[in-house]
Order: sequence, then C-alpha cells, then structure tokens
Amino acid sequence: MHNRLFVAISTMIIGMSMHPGMALADKVEMRSKPWQVFFQDPMSPTAEKIYDLNVFLLWIEVIITVFVLGLMAYICIRFRAKANPTPSKTTHNTPLEVLWTGVPILILVIIAVPSLKVLYFADKTQDAEMTLKVIGNQWYWTYEYPDHEGLTFDSYPIPDEELKEGQPRLLSVDNPVVLPAKTNIRLLMSSNDVIHNWGMPSLAIKLDTTPGRVNETWTHINQPGDYYGMCSELCGVNHSFMPIHIKALPKSEFNEWIASAKKEFANNIKLGNDLPVRLAQAAAAR
Amino acid sequence: MADIAEVHQEDHDHHMPGFFTRWFCSTNHKDIGTLYILVSFVAAIIGGAMSWYIRLELAEPGVQYIDDFQFYNVLVTAHGFLMVFFVVMPAMIGGFGNWFVPLMIGAPDMAFPRMNNISLWLLVAALILLLLSAVIGDGPGTGWTVYPPLSNQDYHPGPSVDLGILSLHLAGASSILGAINFIVTIFNMRAPGMTIHRMPLFVWAMLVTAFLLLLALPVLAGALTMLLTDRNFGTAFFVPGQGGDPVLWQHLFWFFGHPEVYIIIIPAFGIVSQVVSTFSNKPVFGYLGMAYAMAAIGVVGFVVWAHHMFTIGFDVGTRAYFTAATMVIAVPTGVKIFSWLATMWGGSIKFEVPMLWALGFIFLFVVGGVTGITLANASADLVFHDTYFVVAHFHYVMAIAAIFAMFSGYFYWVGKMSGRKYPRGLAMVQFWVFFIGVNVLFFPQHFSGFAGMPRRIPDYPTAYEGWNYVSSVGALITMIGTILFFIIVWRTYYGVKAEANEWGEGAKTLEWTVASPAPWHTHEILPDMTGKAPAE
Repeated sequence: MHNRLFVAISTMIIGMSMHPGMALADKVEMRSKPWQVFFQDPMSPTAEKIYDLNVFLLWIEVIITVFVLGLMAYICIRFRAKANPTPSKTTHNTPLEVLWTGVPILILVIIAVPSLKVLYFADKTQDAEMTLKVIGNQWYWTYEYPDHEGLTFDSYPIPDEELKEGQPRLLSVDNPVVLPAKTNIRLLMSSNDVIHNWGMPSLAIKLDTTPGRVNETWTHINQPGDYYGMCSELCGVNHSFMPIHIKALPKSEFNEWIASAKKEFANNIKLGNDLPVRLAQAAAAR
Repeated sequence: MADIAEVHQEDHDHHMPGFFTRWFCSTNHKDIGTLYILVSFVAAIIGGAMSWYIRLELAEPGVQYIDDFQFYNVLVTAHGFLMVFFVVMPAMIGGFGNWFVPLMIGAPDMAFPRMNNISLWLLVAALILLLLSAVIGDGPGTGWTVYPPLSNQDYHPGPSVDLGILSLHLAGASSILGAINFIVTIFNMRAPGMTIHRMPLFVWAMLVTAFLLLLALPVLAGALTMLLTDRNFGTAFFVPGQGGDPVLWQHLFWFFGHPEVYIIIIPAFGIVSQVVSTFSNKPVFGYLGMAYAMAAIGVVGFVVWAHHMFTIGFDVGTRAYFTAATMVIAVPTGVKIFSWLATMWGGSIKFEVPMLWALGFIFLFVVGGVTGITLANASADLVFHDTYFVVAHFHYVMAIAAIFAMFSGYFYWVGKMSGRKYPRGLAMVQFWVFFIGVNVLFFPQHFSGFAGMPRRIPDYPTAYEGWNYVSSVGALITMIGTILFFIIVWRTYYGVKAEANEWGEGAKTLEWTVASPAPWHTHEILPDMTGKAPAE
C-alpha cells in the first residue's frame, strides 16, 4: 500500500510537469486506478487541452497557496507577542493595496485567455463524420445512431453478481456504446425523464441530458479501447448505478460492428430504411 | 468597573421575567441570540450525525450500512439543508449577529424586538418541518438543489418534498424578517459619532449579509412556490412536456443559491476581522478596503450564478461571460486575505484559542479559494462538474471555513455571553484535533475528484476506495474533535469568571466595555463615540 501511495504521488508530480505519452498501447482501458491523485490520461483533443490547462492552473494555485500560507507562517513566527511585544500602528499602505489588487487581476487575465480558448474549442465541431444521440433514462442510457439507419439500443448496468472476469464493478454495462476511434463525432443529448449527465472523464465530456432539450457537444477519440464514465447529475435512487462504457474500435471494425448490431437490434429500429436522419451529412453538405 | 457593572446588573434583575416569558416570548436581543445558538447547536448535532453516517457508508466500496439508496439521497439532502439554513446561518446571523450588533454599535437592542422573536420561532418551525420531511413518506432525495423534474410529483410523490418546500418558505421568511431588522438597526441605532465608516467590520459584514438575504431569498421563495404549484395544482413552470423548462428552476435557484454562499461566508469574514485585529493588538489594516471588499463580493455575487450550471447546455458565449465574471470574485477575496495578513504584520500576536480558529479559517479559505479559480473556468468544469473536487472545494472554502469562524466567534465571545471562561488547554487540543480531522477528511477528496468520482453516490467503483477510506478516517477524527467541543461547553459552566475585557487592549469594540456576562440591558445611556478613535 505504501508503495502504491508512493507511485501515486510521484505520478502526480510527474503528471504535473509533463504530458503523459499514452500513444504506446494500441488498445487502452480508461478508468481510474487505486490511489489515483490526478486526471485519467486525456484521450481526446479536448481532454488534452483541458489537461494542460489544469496543469497550468494547478501550478498557479500551488504557488499562490504556498506563498500566502508561507507568509502567514512567517508572520506568526516573526510577530508573535514574545518576539514583538510592541505592535506597530500601521493601517494603510496605498502602493501595497494597489499591488495586491492589481496582481491578482493580472493573474486572472493570464488564466482567462487559454481557458476561454479551450472552452470555444470544446464547444462544437463543424465537420462531424457521424452523430451519436445519448438519451438518459432512470436508470440506464439509450443510444441512437441517426446516421446509421437509426440503430438504437439500451445500455443497462451489469449487477455485481453477474460480472464476468475483468469487468470493472459499477462501470460495466450489457451493451457498451460502440464508436469509431479517430473520428469526429457529434454528440446530442436529451432525456426521457429527469436530468442526467453523460460524464466521460478521459474524453473531457460532461453534458446534462435534460428533458425537452437537445444539448450538443463533440468528441474525437484518439485510440481504440474501453472508456468508462458515470452519470454525473443526481437522478434518483439508482444514480450511482448507470455507468457509461464506450468501446472505441478502429473505423473498419466499427463498420463491421454496425452491420452486426443492425441485425442484433433490428427490433429497435423504428425508422424505415428510406428515412434515416443523416444529421452529419446534412451539416457537411451545408 | 466590575463592581459598578454588577450593581448595574442587579438594578435590572427585578425586571427579569419568569422562565417561560423570558425564553419563549423573548424580545431581548441577547436571549434571542442565545436561543439561535441553541437551535444551531441542535441542528449541528443532527446534520453532523448525518455526515458521519454518510462517511461510514462511503468508507468502503459496496453497500454496508445504507441499503436504501433513497435514504442515502435523503441524508445528502438533509445534511445540506441543515448545515446551510439551520446551523451556519442561525449561529452567525441570528446568534452572534443578534448578540453583538447592538452591543458593537452602542444600541440598547434591535430595532424591532418582537419581529426578532418571530424570526426565531419561524426558524424553529422550519426546522421541525424539515425533520418531518425526512421521516414522512420517502423523504426528499433531491439534493439541496431540488432540481425538477426529479423533485416533481412524478418522481417524488408523497408529502416529503412539499414539507421541505414549506420548511424553506418559513426559513426564508424568518431570514427576511431578520435581515430587515439588522438593516434598520444598523442604519438608525448607531451611537452618536459612530458613522457608517467607523462601525466594526463585524457590523459591516452583517449589513452586507442582510442586504444579500433581502434580495436573494424572495427569489427562492418565488421559485419554491412555483415548484409547489407544479407539484400540487397542475401548473407547469418546470414541466417540459407542457411548455415549462427545468432549466428555469436552476436559474432561479442559483440566483438565490450563489448569494447564499456569501451569506454564509461574509459573517465569517466579519468575525475573523475582529479576532485577527484583537489578537494582533493592532487596528484592522485597510479598513475601508475590507468593508467595501465585502460589499463588492455581495454585488458581484449576484451576477455569477450560472457557474453552477456550466454543463446544462448553455451556448458558449454565456459560459464565457460567467467564467469571466466568476473569476472577478478572486480580487476582493484576495484583498481580504492580504489585509488580514497585513493586520498581523507588525502586530504583537497572541495565539489564544479564537486566534487559532481564525488562522485555521484563513488556511482553509485559501486552500479552498484557489480551487475555486479552477472551477470558475467553464472549460475545466467539463471534467470537474459534479465530482468530489467540487465537494472538496466548497467544504474547504465555505462549509468548514464557516464552521471555523463560528468556533472562533464562540471562543472569542463565550466569556461575554456566559460570564465564564472556557478551559483553555482543552480548547487548544480540540482545535488541533478538529483542524487535522477536517484536512484528512476533505483534502483527499480533491484526488477522488481528479480521478473522476461523481458526488452524491452511495457506492463507487472499487478504484476509489483508498482515498475514500482516508476521508472517512478524517471524519472520525473530526467526530472526536466535536465530542471534545461538547466537553468544553459543559466544562465552561464550571469555568472561572470572565472579566469585562478578557483580551486586553487589542479588544477595542464596545462589547468589551460592558460587564461579563453582558447585563440583560446594555447601552441604556448611549456611549458617545464622537471624536474617539474609530471602532475599527
């Protein structure tokens, strides 16, 4: 355990100073590890930018904290009653007050610029190659592939007693949502009942599924693999039991999967084959 | 001096009503303050017990103690409501505010003593309704944010949520009445010569807080009424299927909810300012900057609410605005931190128990404040929203920091309120136990949050077990610290008598000029502050 703690702390220190080179394995499994102290590895362009932004923010915050608390400790020792029996009566120092108002403003501006850049980058994609629609339900997810003849299926959590070897507890589902890696994917989100939130830490996606609304974001998964997330908005009794599992496949395998899934979930497809909602193509044509 | 004070006090004993009239029909600001502190104490025990039960369940992955997850959600909800509305607000505003605003400004009592009484008893009624809501029906498992549709009749049938709504209505009415009372008292009843710019900072803090209450709570009351009619009378303000919008609730709730967190922390600023100045034996550094920093925090606090809703699906421009506006708050809070340090600089610092808690407050407020910079960024919220990082942040900066300020105020003023001194050595031990406890409890939650653990879950994937276990150990240490506090309160009854001014020349505000315990009536002859050094 001590060993693991040591690894965790050193991972944080290393993680804060350099970008993790994760492009080695050809298939990844993204979920948190025991004693993890920092982010899961970023696996999409947005996640990479947010990772870097947070490393930057964290350094600023650590420096501010160490400075302020260090100053406090110094004052406590230097001006304790024994060491300084006669207090000064100074209550004003205009240059100092201007300084401690001005410097924070400067720091905030320095933070705001990269932060807003990331925000705009993460918002939407202009050239989506496909669309996935995510629908929250109490307490499972429904996925729709409007660009693939309306393929749709539900994704339920697997109870602990039915878990197979290698399936992580509270993260595994019966039908993972399958997506192609290295593809720009538009994500649309809505809900059939209460507000849920589709949270996927390693891809830096977190968006509410709100009834009566369709929210939009996007992703681009860097590598094939398994990605795990959880519902991130309190949605009732089984809030902690509606995990998200993305299985990212190479594009060729994804097309094979689509063909087999259409057969497997044929009963779910309500749209006729002549009426697919080709959202991505429509947007690209525009 | 003490002799005169005692004679003075006996003078009034024959006015003292009997037990029932004194405590149940009270119009005396000191007695009402004491009752508020008592209410807070009771609510803190219940709310604290709930949090320890939550940490007990979360100590290990899997389900050990709470197999009814609705009950878990009810615990999370009630813990939030209790701590915000029935622990921190009554102690700081109703308790210390009632006790010391009139004493500090040289007024004989609050402006509206009977309204003061109804504020108190509305709060007691609200507390009873809230506790009933948890035991009648399935309880409100909505979180303190009560988001519809989850809080609608479809997903929360039964009377629980309605009882919760009515409880908040009453608590809100109580706070609005209290706020009016403070504003009128502070504007009209200051002693001659005590201008607005010479009031102690604690009084400034209460004034700003009262305005926040007055402006924020009616919005909550309106939103709650809409939810109540949605649930019971067929309206559809928040029902998407009938043209309503659940996001409207979130706007209304957080328009109240964000100022609410400043309602909690600004009185804490006031207490810490008094304590730091007293024990540094120096006037507050940059008094006007400190006062207007609080006012600025109050004003800006009304235009940042949507940073609680970054993942709701706003367009990007809205999120950019709320990111920028939220970051602005770091500036006046920075002014406050640096001014406290500058007050200590050059001082002659005595580390009495209230000062330890005030320094602990600054420590927690800085650590929790910097993570607030992260969370102000809508982009960073794509990973942090609704994770334990947020839980760690707001417990550090707002919840535990406020508790530390309450302890600071308690130990600072308990001699004045009870006439007895607390056991000093035990109180120091309690500070360190509590300080270590809360840090072991909440610091690892940053790590869980980085790793992606969502909040408000009774069970979690096994990978999160390590830090959760540490966190629960911290909860146990904090519990020991709390039990020590009970012992301190009990021992104080047998403590030595406190002098009128037990803190020496650093304590310059008017409450230290009256005897300890403060006589039933004080400042019957208004103190003349004209030409004297400012109360700062």
